[in-house]
Amino acid sequence: MDFDFTEEQTLLRNMVQSFVQDNYDFDSRMAIARSETGMSRDNWSQFAELGLLAAPFDESLGGLGGGAIDTMIITEEFGKGLVTEPFLPTVVLCGGLLERHASDAQKDAHLPPLIGGEKIWALAYSEPKSRFNPANVQTTAKQDGDGFVLNGLKSVVNGGPWADYLIVSARTSGEGWQQEGISLFIVDKSADGVAAQDYETIDGGRAADISFENVKLGADALIGSLDNGLPLLEEALDYGIAALCGESIGGMHKAHQATVEYCKTRNQFGVAIGSFQALQHRMVDMFMEYEQSVSLTYMVNMHVGSDAASRARAASAAKVQIGKAGRYIGQSAVHLHGGMGMSEELNVGHYFKRLTAIDAQLGSIDYHLKRFASSEAA
Amino acid sequence: MNFDFSPEENAFREEVRQFIADNYPKHLSESRRAEFSKEDFLSWHRVLAEKGWVAPHWPEEYGGPGWSVTQRYIFDDECAKANTLIVLPFGVTMLGPVLMHYANDAQKAHYLPRILSGEDWWCQGYSEPGSGSDLASLKTKAERDGDEYVVNGHKIWTTLAQHADWMFCLVRTAQEDKPQKGISFLLIDMNSPGIEVRPIITIDGSHEVNEVFLTDVRVPAENLVGEEGNGWGIAKFLLGNERTGIAGVARSKNAVKRLKEISCAELVDGEPLIEDSDFKKKISELEIDLLALEYTELRTLAAESAGRGPGAESSILKIKGTEIQQKVTELIMEAVGTYSLPKIPMLDSGANYNLVGPDYSHGASQNYFNMRKTAIYGGTNEVQRNIIAKFVLGL
Repeated sequence: MDFDFTEEQTLLRNMVQSFVQDNYDFDSRMAIARSETGMSRDNWSQFAELGLLAAPFDESLGGLGGGAIDTMIITEEFGKGLVTEPFLPTVVLCGGLLERHASDAQKDAHLPPLIGGEKIWALAYSEPKSRFNPANVQTTAKQDGDGFVLNGLKSVVNGGPWADYLIVSARTSGEGWQQEGISLFIVDKSADGVAAQDYETIDGGRAADISFENVKLGADALIGSLDNGLPLLEEALDYGIAALCGESIGGMHKAHQATVEYCKTRNQFGVAIGSFQALQHRMVDMFMEYEQSVSLTYMVNMHVGSDAASRARAASAAKVQIGKAGRYIGQSAVHLHGGMGMSEELNVGHYFKRLTAIDAQLGSIDYHLKRFASSEAA
Repeated sequence: MNFDFSPEENAFREEVRQFIADNYPKHLSESRRAEFSKEDFLSWHRVLAEKGWVAPHWPEEYGGPGWSVTQRYIFDDECAKANTLIVLPFGVTMLGPVLMHYANDAQKAHYLPRILSGEDWWCQGYSEPGSGSDLASLKTKAERDGDEYVVNGHKIWTTLAQHADWMFCLVRTAQEDKPQKGISFLLIDMNSPGIEVRPIITIDGSHEVNEVFLTDVRVPAENLVGEEGNGWGIAKFLLGNERTGIAGVARSKNAVKRLKEISCAELVDGEPLIEDSDFKKKISELEIDLLALEYTELRTLAAESAGRGPGAESSILKIKGTEIQQKVTELIMEAVGTYSLPKIPMLDSGANYNLVGPDYSHGASQNYFNMRKTAIYGGTNEVQRNIIAKFVLGL
């Protein structure tokens, strides 16, 4: 049992940290988020050059073999810098799914350009009426000769505007939120019948609602076996949660730190407001929520590779914790900064917004509380 | 980073489990009392002492088992799973390390083996009526008279002093400019003339704590630990040790398990309470908090194993640990429903009660009442927050 990082992991952290410091100070970040595209292709290329896009993948696939822990380290540092580039959808959600379940031919075709930074991916699983349940799928893929025809609408696809490829969940049989009958497909976003409505999200990111109208897919678009896509999708979402937890603790750390520093220097009634016990205790409560979130972030990243039941339980527990903690720390950070906390000019409001957005990504507190409750401890 | 126990550690866990199964006193495992006698505590203490396991954190040279941090964690975990009585902390956890660190050789040789064997039952003479969280304001006075100190004062909230042979006591030996100065650490024989122990019955009806009145109690000067006037440093050292295991994670896990069992047995409109979505949500939130605390404790232990001692961060363990301990008793009381109302008899009360309702309901409310103490003792949770604010956040 140990919670220490290896030397390689520490080097990785240092590298990402200095990248964020050098290229992702608050002004640069805001310039990127406010630009028309909302991400920097230059940064993305640099991520590829630094090996960040290769970090979690197995060495046999051209990766660096870092797995979930390296991913967590990267996302934590990205969280501190409020990085907008689509590391989570491309590398963690889609890349991970391809690595674990795609055919050799699919891997050969798609992983090298993904790792090389040439192609960006997004996971199109949620629908206007699915809320957070990945089993609730109305999009259909009907067999058509050797291939399929895809019809439906996917909502709030994070990183969708930038994506070259999508992984889309669709019903190939069954209906409603039946567990069986969901299949996963690789879809070229430039294919005929794919239409995206792009927009900005509350945290400075970008997403898209993407419709599919009679989109023709070859047999080689199917990932894994027919009708059995849901367990693969749930697994990918749990890996996504593990990475999102990393980003979340990075953001919480910065929001909390900024608040403590502010309260040490802001004077009212002739003293630093940080000398007031009511504010001190609120900052301690923020700190405890942060530490508890770190604990479950480590926990989920250590357990994400275990059996499906333990993995789901770990991921849901962690997502509940970071959801609650993110909300408390975000709200408190704004509040303790007083009027300044409301200002768009100050970074703290942007951490608050990112932490708020994280709760609505990959399942909210309530969704995961229910999922946790219905899981059984191993 | 990994959370796997080694094969040796798993074998050790099995050894501990088997030992408890074979040796935990039968009359204790069959007991459903909320309160335990001196002999109850001692019977388990002696079994562990004979095995050499009664003081897991003591170094081997003083009779400890020489366990790693992980082994200690496993031992605590298995004891909690088996729902054993605890080994009372006053001698083993609190005083033992103080003596190893500050006492002279004669004191060590005399007192340490008697702590291990259970021959001496210790209590802690810290709090006074006017000195709770502000411990340094204590007034109990010890005046030197030849080879003796003459002690006068009034201690309060002294846990299980009614059974104690000895008390380690903070006394004022000098008035100085700062309240922290002039405090000394004295070992007092509870059989000395001038000591009176009066029970305090707490809201749960139990007799756990006491007032101790000291009137012209004569204490041999050789019972002073460390230097005269250096008691505050010892007090702080002791409080640092007290935090070890204060999170109570393993015990709370066990209590959550009980809560779930009760929730399966209790019915709401014919369905198990545990299927009630509102109640299920409360249990899940508690479980997630506890899981987070478990990993926070493991992180602290791992840091400790790597030689980075527990810092002020360990105050988190106290705050979150006690909040969870309180919450679980609250939910158990809620879960048993109307059978939370009957009062159950305390040990030696002489009262003749009819026990009604399911076994698991007995004492549920009393436990809930009793656990309110946890956020108050060992430095209130507000004092712990002050500690984190000052020493971790630098406020």
